[in-house]
Amino acid sequence: MKLGRVTGSVVATQKDPSFEGVKILLLQPLDENLKPQGDAIAACDVVQAGVGDLVFFEGGREAALALENAFNPSDATIIGIVDAMEVRP
Amino acid sequence: MILCKVIGNVVSTQKHTHYEGEKILIVQPIDAQGKAAGKSLLAIDRAQAGVGDRVLVNDEGNSARLIIGNSQAAIRTVIVGIVDAVDVYAAER
Repeated sequence: MKLGRVTGSVVATQKDPSFEGVKILLLQPLDENLKPQGDAIAACDVVQAGVGDLVFFEGGREAALALENAFNPSDATIIGIVDAMEVRP
Repeated sequence: MILCKVIGNVVSTQKHTHYEGEKILIVQPIDAQGKAAGKSLLAIDRAQAGVGDRVLVNDEGNSARLIIGNSQAAIRTVIVGIVDAVDVYAAER
């Protein structure tokens, strides 16, 4: 799991049928100091995250397993919204 | 598994059902000497670890699902142990 900031939303009507009804957001991955880390990506959302939210997401097979219908091509899915966090390196 | 140091925690109430009741910590991979070795990760804590602990982290989906006991869990990174000691023996030449 990694941290990320929701920076926008993506609307697509013509897409893989397994993505029907799945919200897609624009996500900037962050490191533990909330600094941008790597490029922005499009991620599915299953926790009703909104633009500006600090979230955490999973990649790989876990991204697909996080959706209702686990047989889908998602490689990044937002699985939680951060209420609070604390870092002491 | 990878050796990590716990550097923080994350509190989240609105999260995927598979993560309900799970404690989430931030871990920093380290080498045997304790130097940072890679990017930090969020992990589910199954060893009652706290910030500052050296821990063993399983970062592979299949074994995470076996640990969690749910073959469909969207979980990959799990803290599975707290490290007491690390001994490295220089390779005999």
